[in-house]
Amino acid sequence: MTIYLEFEKPLAEIEGQAAELRALAQRSPEMDVEKEAAALDRKSHEMLVQLYANLTPWRKCQVARHPERPHCKDYIERLFTEYTPLAGDRNFADDHAVMGGLARFNGRPVMVIGHEKGHDTKSRIERNFGMARPEGYRKAIRLMDMADRFGLPVVTLVDTPGAYPGKGAEERGQSEAIARSTEKCLQVKVPLVSVIIGEGGSGGAVAFATANRVAMLEHSIYSVISPEGCASILWKDAEKMREAAEALRLTAQNLKELGVCDRIVAEPLGGAHRDRTAAIDAVGREIAAMLDEMKDLDGQGLRADRRKKYLDLGSKGLAA
Amino acid sequence: MNWISNYVRPRINSIFSRREVPENLWTKCDECGTMLFHRELADNLNVCTNCGHHMAITPRDRFKALFDGGAFTEVKVPEPIADPLNFRDQKKYTDRLKEARRKTAEKEAMLVAEGEIGRTKVVAAGQDFSFMAGSMGMYVGNAIIAAAERAVKLNAPLVLFSAAGGARMQEGILSLMQMPRSTVAIEMLKEAGLPYIVVLTHPTTGGVTASYAMLGDVQIAEPNALICFAGPRVIEQTIREKLPEGFQRAEYLLDHGMLDRVTPRGQMREELIKVLRMLLGLPEAVMADLPAPETPEPAAAKEAEDAKGETPETPAAKPEPKPAKPEAPKK
Ligand SMILES: [Zn+2]
Repeated sequence: MTIYLEFEKPLAEIEGQAAELRALAQRSPEMDVEKEAAALDRKSHEMLVQLYANLTPWRKCQVARHPERPHCKDYIERLFTEYTPLAGDRNFADDHAVMGGLARFNGRPVMVIGHEKGHDTKSRIERNFGMARPEGYRKAIRLMDMADRFGLPVVTLVDTPGAYPGKGAEERGQSEAIARSTEKCLQVKVPLVSVIIGEGGSGGAVAFATANRVAMLEHSIYSVISPEGCASILWKDAEKMREAAEALRLTAQNLKELGVCDRIVAEPLGGAHRDRTAAIDAVGREIAAMLDEMKDLDGQGLRADRRKKYLDLGSKGLAA
Repeated sequence: MNWISNYVRPRINSIFSRREVPENLWTKCDECGTMLFHRELADNLNVCTNCGHHMAITPRDRFKALFDGGAFTEVKVPEPIADPLNFRDQKKYTDRLKEARRKTAEKEAMLVAEGEIGRTKVVAAGQDFSFMAGSMGMYVGNAIIAAAERAVKLNAPLVLFSAAGGARMQEGILSLMQMPRSTVAIEMLKEAGLPYIVVLTHPTTGGVTASYAMLGDVQIAEPNALICFAGPRVIEQTIREKLPEGFQRAEYLLDHGMLDRVTPRGQMREELIKVLRMLLGLPEAVMADLPAPETPEPAAAKEAEDAKGETPETPAAKPEPKPAKPEAPKK
């Protein structure tokens, strides 16, 4: 069963009617509904095209957070072979909000690291809804460091609402862990490529996405603060998230214009959740292309390339 | 201590704020309620003379008390493009900036300066909480990069005083990108083998804490400073329980291993001199108020401008130890 977003309600109705007709025909085969159902299909297809051609920033946030959107685990399972999870930060715990380990990408050994949100109540709780604690960043630091020593490219998949605002996370130095993870991203002498597959939430995203190349899925977002958080601070009203989403310029399209993201990966019509394998494969092609761009750079060159990317940021704004 | 004797005593280093002179010459301490005469408060670096509560101090006032003889040269910070997102909430971002400039008489939320403290050459960067809550936007990022580049050029350490509500939301993703940008700056210092000392002041929160403010070789905080990534209110809403007394305050962080030291503002200068000179392998300094260096540096800002694009000097070369002055003027 498809989960519809708030703005997809009219679409849900038409698709529902088509499905009902077909279910009816199954029960009474003498009825010929196909013509009518096909007409509804055409109508819903048109509507889908229209809805997704001009998604507002707030709608993009909703698509980026869609519960059926492919998550880190799905990408790892489909795009990588011999995935061997490596656990723990060697200090306190293993953070299940962060997946990571050795794997092969197109046969080549790499280190893959990403946020995992979970897909049902049980796994969402286990994954803490993709909100890492300090242990998650420290695990990532450990894995990046290992990749650096063994010359393995690092691929990060970013999908997090942000760092976890918890008591223990603060006590165990969440800030320091994020700062060190960003620092490690800048230090490694191996290619580091990142894809924002859903939500790039604030510092928790930066800790993994400080990369040579950053790609974003077409309807993913990357922001300094959630629209709800921004609305409650600047508008003093969390309900003004639509305005905040607009003002923050958090879409992949805006971020490409600002130079923060290098590539946009087109999503299947109606969002990545409507054709998960197609979306995942598209991301796979993008990762391959980004790694290919890095192939002539040596360790120092890769570091210099990353530094330059960040030092140069901010030299262009958005057209008024 | 009588405030009149304090008031009439001539001082070489007046740290009296050059900003708007308050009509009300008395400030009430938020902590203990004592009424404090403004000059007495300023002379005590905005620390309550009764209870020791640390109030906000502007970078300019702090630098006047920090540098020998109150003498420092500002380091020029490249201007970022203004309002890159054409941001507007209930107010236009450009209007908020104008208002902050008028209120503070400062250009932006970070001041970078070079000079000597205890006859030790340093570059200092101070974040100004009174300017849009000290928020980290492109200017602050540029300031940290300029500070690091200048420190490398002078082969001098960098001392950074942090104070911020977090990232500047009005610059959206570009404010977030100051986390990696400032980290690149800190990397430059590390590669040059130069000490980077962070003094965390109240409050230091959000993306600032999660980047340059937590990457110091030595992490010192002022007493009772709030230092966190997520603020206490957000955490209480998330976990729905009351947080312990002193949670996320400097002493709490010290206890949890996140800081090296908690040092009162009045002792900070001596402590910085001590720590820096040891890290730089220099002999002990004479601890006292020192007059300004005899030969003031040539226009540092211009030099910084000219230095653009030059290769930094070899990191190995340590600055020449300066002979400690035998008799420093005593207060
Ligand atoms: Zn007091």
